[in-house]
Amino acid sequence: MGLESMASGDSFFTTTVDALVSWARKNSVWPMPLGISCCAIELIAAGGPKYDIARFGAEVMRFTPRQCDLLIVAGTVTYKMSKVVRKIYDQMPEPKWVMAMGACTSSGGIYRTYSVVQGIDQFLPVDIYVAGCPPRPDNLLHALMHIQEKIGKTKASDFPNQTNSDINVLQN
Amino acid sequence: MKEKIIKKLTEKFSENNIKFSEFRDELTAQVNPKLIVEICKFLKEDSELLFLQCIDITGIDEATSKNRFTVSYNLFSIPNNFRLRLKASIEGSGDSIDSITSVWKSANWYERETFDMYGIVFNNHPDLRRMYMPEEFEYHPLRKDFPLMGIPGSLPLPQK
Repeated sequence: MGLESMASGDSFFTTTVDALVSWARKNSVWPMPLGISCCAIELIAAGGPKYDIARFGAEVMRFTPRQCDLLIVAGTVTYKMSKVVRKIYDQMPEPKWVMAMGACTSSGGIYRTYSVVQGIDQFLPVDIYVAGCPPRPDNLLHALMHIQEKIGKTKASDFPNQTNSDINVLQN
Repeated sequence: MKEKIIKKLTEKFSENNIKFSEFRDELTAQVNPKLIVEICKFLKEDSELLFLQCIDITGIDEATSKNRFTVSYNLFSIPNNFRLRLKASIEGSGDSIDSITSVWKSANWYERETFDMYGIVFNNHPDLRRMYMPEEFEYHPLRKDFPLMGIPGSLPLPQK
């Protein structure tokens, strides 16, 4: 059946290290579920059996940023919360990606007011914006596929070699 | 119940200090802000009124009127199942009123919230800090002269 029957015996295939690494990386994205308002409900639904984010290899929701490579900001970010969001981002090891889920996170959404940050791209490098208020789980999975596509195109040279002392890990 | 409250309060504090109005079956008393603590104490401790619970305190900013700030108190009498609203208009452009935390402890956070949003100072409050906005923030967002989108640069964001 499929690839493994073709690869039985002493078969081999050729590829580049970059292609192999980025293929492995894009199929095991570990998200940091930063659910701070109603978008989190849709994020949870995407993790459940009906939509099943595990089909994309991204079911390992870690509740510590130190084990994650995709930050999903799901909810309204206020100015007071922005420091917390940034701190969580800073604690994630490289390489890392950021998904702005929903209208509030991407642009402030309906909260056009003094207390809400009008888009988290003001203080974070965002890789993908997910439209919707809140976005349906399908939409989130679609965004995840785009992130996978982006990760699949990366090369080792995109990420500079970091020694342990270079990694600036924030302590509380 | 209404008649009893009106009679008791006017007897105790005279008509100059307390005026009643009614809208859709809700009783509101305009009170002299200087007597707010005495009035609240009486409402809570009188053996028939027993307003044991302070439901909410908030402010009103009428920027163009003669008295700018009004503090509004919503009280509830559990034994009588009756709600009463007190309104204390602070005279002129003043922005301070006595705290009623000595009467109801629940007033503590409501007054902090009102201070945060309107900048109304509650004298003798045990811990008058901001409730919602960051401590270093200098403005009061629900004042009428505060712009909807805030003041640029007043709330710092982390570096990108």
